[in-house]
Amino acid sequence: MALQITESCVNCWACVDVCPNDAIFQDKPHFLIDDMKCTECLGDHADPQCAAICPIEMAIVNELGEFLNPPGSLTGIPIEKLKEFGLWREAA
Amino acid sequence: MELPVISNSGPKAEGGGCASSGCGTAPDALSHLPDHIRAKVQDHPCYSEEAHHYFARMHVAVAPACNIQCNYCNRKYDCSNESRPGVVSELLTPDQAIKKVLAVAAEIPQMTVLGIAGPGDPLANPERTFETFQQLSEKAPDIKLCVSTNGLSLPEHVDEIAKHNIDHVTITINCVDPEIGAKIYPWIYWKNKRIRGVEGAKILIEQQQKGLQMLTERGILVKVNSVLIPGVNDQHLKEVSKIVKEKGAFLHNVMPLIAEPEHGTYYGIMEHPSPTDAELQELQDACAGDMAMMRHCRQCRADAVGLLGEDRGDEFTMDKIDVMDVDYEAAMVRRKVVHDEIIEKLDAKRGIVKPKPDGIPEGSRPVLMAVAGKNGVVAEHFGHAKEFLIYEASPEGVRFISHRKTELYCGGMDSCGDGDVVEDGATESLLDRNIRVLEGCEVVLCSKIGYEPWGKLEAAGIAPNGEHAMEPIEEAVMAVYKEIAATGKLLPAAESLKVA
Repeated sequence: MALQITESCVNCWACVDVCPNDAIFQDKPHFLIDDMKCTECLGDHADPQCAAICPIEMAIVNELGEFLNPPGSLTGIPIEKLKEFGLWREAA
Repeated sequence: MELPVISNSGPKAEGGGCASSGCGTAPDALSHLPDHIRAKVQDHPCYSEEAHHYFARMHVAVAPACNIQCNYCNRKYDCSNESRPGVVSELLTPDQAIKKVLAVAAEIPQMTVLGIAGPGDPLANPERTFETFQQLSEKAPDIKLCVSTNGLSLPEHVDEIAKHNIDHVTITINCVDPEIGAKIYPWIYWKNKRIRGVEGAKILIEQQQKGLQMLTERGILVKVNSVLIPGVNDQHLKEVSKIVKEKGAFLHNVMPLIAEPEHGTYYGIMEHPSPTDAELQELQDACAGDMAMMRHCRQCRADAVGLLGEDRGDEFTMDKIDVMDVDYEAAMVRRKVVHDEIIEKLDAKRGIVKPKPDGIPEGSRPVLMAVAGKNGVVAEHFGHAKEFLIYEASPEGVRFISHRKTELYCGGMDSCGDGDVVEDGATESLLDRNIRVLEGCEVVLCSKIGYEPWGKLEAAGIAPNGEHAMEPIEEAVMAVYKEIAATGKLLPAAESLKVA
């Protein structure tokens, strides 16, 4: 089991610094998670650290493609506004 | 340490000459400051209204990560066309940042200040931020370093900030009430958790206030930035101003909310109104009763280069810097000439005439003197001085070097001047300690001095001097330097014989 980074990522490095497994690495066009190293922080922290600090909604998904930070969950911007501004999308 | 706050109520600007609107801090505000603080801010464009016409600053974008979310910020920082905080066009590694700073400093000698301001929170990127400061303090010792932060990780980094000689810290404090904070900060990342709402805001506020206090206790100048958000913290900012002043902040910079839907921020998308110029000014005026206000802020990008209000970042992209050949040793010499010229011009505008070192024989060695000064004059009793200002006199003139703290050994009683009041044990050790603080100085200037410290100073090879009470410090230092020169003690032994 491992988390993944999506194309929403803005390459801000925040997750790299807090990952207990050094599982996150720089790549183009955005950072990636090494699925051999990622443990979803089980045993280390109550919450996966990348998802706990990531400022971008929809940037981190689990193996089912579910957003750990769904649209609106970090900014509090209502869904209808997100849709109006093209900032909303359905989970994979 | 208590820092004096610049007064805005002083005489109004005459020919302060700022072309843009929203500028108008009393330009002579600096002249109210003690010398050691004036020396720290007189060439800092973000701290001194006057300096911003002459001196330039730059930011290097080495700090992308952030540990909080603000409703006026969008973490999609990558934009080359917008001019606002938190936006940059290319992130730099510390090594790239050093290259860029040296290139800019060589090309723009007026550039005196290097700040790290994002595009995230510098202290949420401690390794990249402090690596940059570390290298710069070695390679470009003539550049002032400063850092801005949201304050969440500030307390744990205060010692490191002091270690790198970072003299200026800006903390963004938008509120002191967690209920209001919850409307500005949807979450923070704290001890491995995302903490939302009032609970998160409360932690952030506590950390900011603690950090502010720790910095001012260490004598580091703190500017507080606040974003004026109509309907959220507009009335509340007066209280913020009062509290941060009490805690020792030196300057308060209230900036208008920038909120456009195309920026994609919460306030932008929710069409939150920005304050009008009149609303901003009204609030700045209301806060000015409690606190010196900064009104010349241009809300620059986290990679800005040049004078405030201009951005020459395009001239210094990494591809251009890679082909520049910088001789920084040579650049430092040119930079010093330019800085001295500007400072002299500013001093002349303020009516400060530097005493000329006439009649000092060439080749005379420099002398360090400690001054118990206040408001630019030799004003303090030796035993009452909380700190000594250290000046160097040389054939080049007089310059301020640093300040050294003392511990009061005199409790302020009438007869204390003779050093015979306080119990023996305590008096002895504190006085001895203070004399040790003056190591390296050959003279100590004060308004008055007791019999006992006089003897001890002489025994330690430091000449006490109470003859220049209430004279301007630099004139007094030069006068004493000339007296020493007249004895021939400033020249190497052989040469002084020749002169004699």
